[in-house]
Amino acid sequence: MPAPTRTLERPPSARDPGTPAIGGRGPDGTGGDALAGTPATTPARIAVWLLVGAITVLFAAFTSTYLVRRGEADWRVGPLPPVLWVTTGVLLGSSVALEGARRHARRGEMAGLRTWLTVTTLLGLAFLAGQLLAWRQLVAAGVYLSSYPHSSFFYLLTGAHGLHLAGGIGALLYAVRRAPAAATAAAALDVADPVAAYWHFLTGLWIYLFVILFAL
Amino acid sequence: MAVMHEAAHEEHKLGFLQRYVFSQDHKIIGIQYMMTSLFMAAVGGVLAMLIRMELGWPGARWGLAKWLFPGGFTGDGTLKPDFYLAVVTMHGSIMIFFVLTTALSGGFGNFLIPLTIGARDMAFPFMNMLSYWLYPPAIVVLLASFFVAGGAPNAGWTAYPPLSALYNPATGTGLAAPGSGLGQSLWLVSLAILIVSFLFGSLNYITTVLQLRTRGMSMGRMPLVTWAQFTTAILMLLSFPVLFAAVVMLLFDRHLGTSFFVPSGLVVGGQLVTHQGGNPLLWQHLFWFLGHPEVYVLILPPMGIVSEILAVHGRKPIFGYKAMVASICAIAFLSFLVWGHHMFTSGMNPLVGTAFMVTTLAIAIPSAVKTFNWVATLWRARIHFTPAMLFAIGFVSLFVTGGLTGIFLGSPAVDVYFQDTFFVVAHFHFVMASAALFGLFGGLYHWFPKMFGRMMDERLGKLHFWLTFVGIYATFFPMHFLGMAGEPRRYYSPQMYDFLRGLSGLNMFVSLAAFGLGLAQLIFAYNFIRSLFRGPKAEGNPWHANTLEWQADSPPPHGNWGATLPTVHRWPYDYSVPGATEDYIPQTVPVTAAVVAGGALHHPVQGGAPDEPPTTDLNSA
Ligand code: HEM
Ligand SMILES: [Cu+2]
Repeated sequence: MPAPTRTLERPPSARDPGTPAIGGRGPDGTGGDALAGTPATTPARIAVWLLVGAITVLFAAFTSTYLVRRGEADWRVGPLPPVLWVTTGVLLGSSVALEGARRHARRGEMAGLRTWLTVTTLLGLAFLAGQLLAWRQLVAAGVYLSSYPHSSFFYLLTGAHGLHLAGGIGALLYAVRRAPAAATAAAALDVADPVAAYWHFLTGLWIYLFVILFAL
Repeated sequence: MAVMHEAAHEEHKLGFLQRYVFSQDHKIIGIQYMMTSLFMAAVGGVLAMLIRMELGWPGARWGLAKWLFPGGFTGDGTLKPDFYLAVVTMHGSIMIFFVLTTALSGGFGNFLIPLTIGARDMAFPFMNMLSYWLYPPAIVVLLASFFVAGGAPNAGWTAYPPLSALYNPATGTGLAAPGSGLGQSLWLVSLAILIVSFLFGSLNYITTVLQLRTRGMSMGRMPLVTWAQFTTAILMLLSFPVLFAAVVMLLFDRHLGTSFFVPSGLVVGGQLVTHQGGNPLLWQHLFWFLGHPEVYVLILPPMGIVSEILAVHGRKPIFGYKAMVASICAIAFLSFLVWGHHMFTSGMNPLVGTAFMVTTLAIAIPSAVKTFNWVATLWRARIHFTPAMLFAIGFVSLFVTGGLTGIFLGSPAVDVYFQDTFFVVAHFHFVMASAALFGLFGGLYHWFPKMFGRMMDERLGKLHFWLTFVGIYATFFPMHFLGMAGEPRRYYSPQMYDFLRGLSGLNMFVSLAAFGLGLAQLIFAYNFIRSLFRGPKAEGNPWHANTLEWQADSPPPHGNWGATLPTVHRWPYDYSVPGATEDYIPQTVPVTAAVVAGGALHHPVQGGAPDEPPTTDLNSA
């Protein structure tokens, strides 16, 4: 069989009785040629974009409030903890590593896939540690959540982003276990691609937050 | 057949808990959602009766109610003012989020989406189960607010700060109103939980519709009820995160000392508030950016349900299928652009107000298209006046009545006078509350046989309809006049101003009508519960309907279809096709076996699925 095509029938699984590979394709259940041209899509690939859409809206709400609030007269920007430059680099590096992982997956090199997925995960953890360090530096400098509006938004936005990234690390750990164990390159990508979409989105989101918090 | 055997076997292996409690079967989850929502509807209904008790007879003594709600009444049996506000807040929150959203999206969406598209289940059954099981905890947290210091929140379902933001950590009660204490926090947490549940649900619905349609079920052949659920899910996915953000920020303001929404220099009860530099209008923007799409989350599924019922019980194709789909999409899109019409009196720039007026009135266009199509569907139809059909027709009436007042409110100049009066209460109780309720009832009478394998009693159903229909007009229509006379909403006593004294007779009438309306629902409760156990057994397709769910057993088995999935050959509305032997042709009937009305198969929207072999193939097969 070729790579999984548009799922007309859920793949059989332990808890889904009566789902043989017949009936979903041709009139007699053995067809499927008509489907050969359709692009490979799995529920996870769709769901990840829906998730990204929902999170985009969430952060659009947070940051539109921020942008409106910033326009008022009493606004002032707090200090930028230098470690944020490092974490930004680390996160960008993790996205590069993840692309490396996918390149290996496309060639069916499962060992390389595992290595680079692990590197991505470690870089993700390093990013989170760096963000925590930034919080501690700010606290040491006397900048708290409730100190002034910019600090409130800083903790809120970095915290919300960090939580989503922690979820991404969970997804990466899942991919580390599952993707290299897949039978084919296509099956490995079915696991790795949605995780990658989510992870790159979070990298882009961080750049956006970093820029509006400090640069603009 | 071996497969079916296996299926039955599997079903036996699942224990009671897995089959009925922690079930991953979309039908069970849909029924769980429905039952829980109906329970919450009873809670919200009792609260409505309390509201009308107070407004009809302000300051009267109610001996009995005192025993039922000991904290809410004074020793001599009068309703306490802050309890009144708590009741109004909880009535609105419960009905909107915990009854209508959950019943229409959670209940019908779960039950109908896989069945109408010919799937065996949702794309992510486990996540679906999680979605349901976040709902009861949210209810518990919400209702717990009645029992904490300060009681349930007082700030209304819209929870505007600063009222909802300020409380005294020492006593745990609110600063400006008692309910803004712990009760308000519980309200916010409860909503946050429910939003996560909604997100799981909508993620599932969208993926399922995109991925699991059976062979031949192109998007253009989906029944309108499924289109409505699909669009609603997108709406929910893109609007509820905004409320989530607002809820998080308000919780931060309340408990972590931030000032997102609390302005500087605020003095409450002679005390200077320590918060600095927030802006309460930001909450209003965030809230209504969700709030307006949310009202369409409540009305789109009923619109789909009603379209289905009108076609089936009128034995006619729905008029203008493509226009129906397009107007669902247009309404969903426009609903993101109109939130400002709830804020005309917030001091917004008149230019902005005018822009919101334009977008608001633009929504009337697709709404009118739908109304026109429903009426055209009924035109010269062979109407079977079943309870489902009566409720569907009633829906159209209520939607028109409420939609017309919306056009008045959409004009800033008029709204300045009507804002926060009973005119608004009348508007949204017609167009949203009652209309959605009629969609819910119509859907229940229509799909009850499919859900439970038994028929509901028709005579009781008709009685229920007439009492409800008359009761709703009697309750809510006079509210227009109360509003025009200037009676504000959410006031403990409408008689506190001289100019409102003359309205007490009308208020009493409204209250009596509301009590009657409430009592009439007991007929439904009786009919529903009795039919669950005693109703006559339903056949697979009692209404002679075309859509796929009616081609399955009643109730459908685990996995919905036997060994093979159904194949779809036509759109869902081939009713009374000239030349056909029956007045309905199910979607599974091949084209060669019966004519397709209007050549729908080759239609760009109603056409065949891309993967469907050309018709000639079938001919030769
Ligand atoms: C023709 C279409 C409609 C127009 C022009 C319209 C306009 C408006 C306006 C301007 C308001 C604000 C009134 C005020 O607070 O002063 C309002 C309130 C409201 N509308 Fe509509 N509306 C329309 C249809 C609907 C529909 C279809 C629904 C629900 C399904 C709905 C639900 C509501 C609700 C719930 C409120 C009150 C919210 C609150 O303050 O608690 N409306 N409408
Ligand atoms: Cu609105």
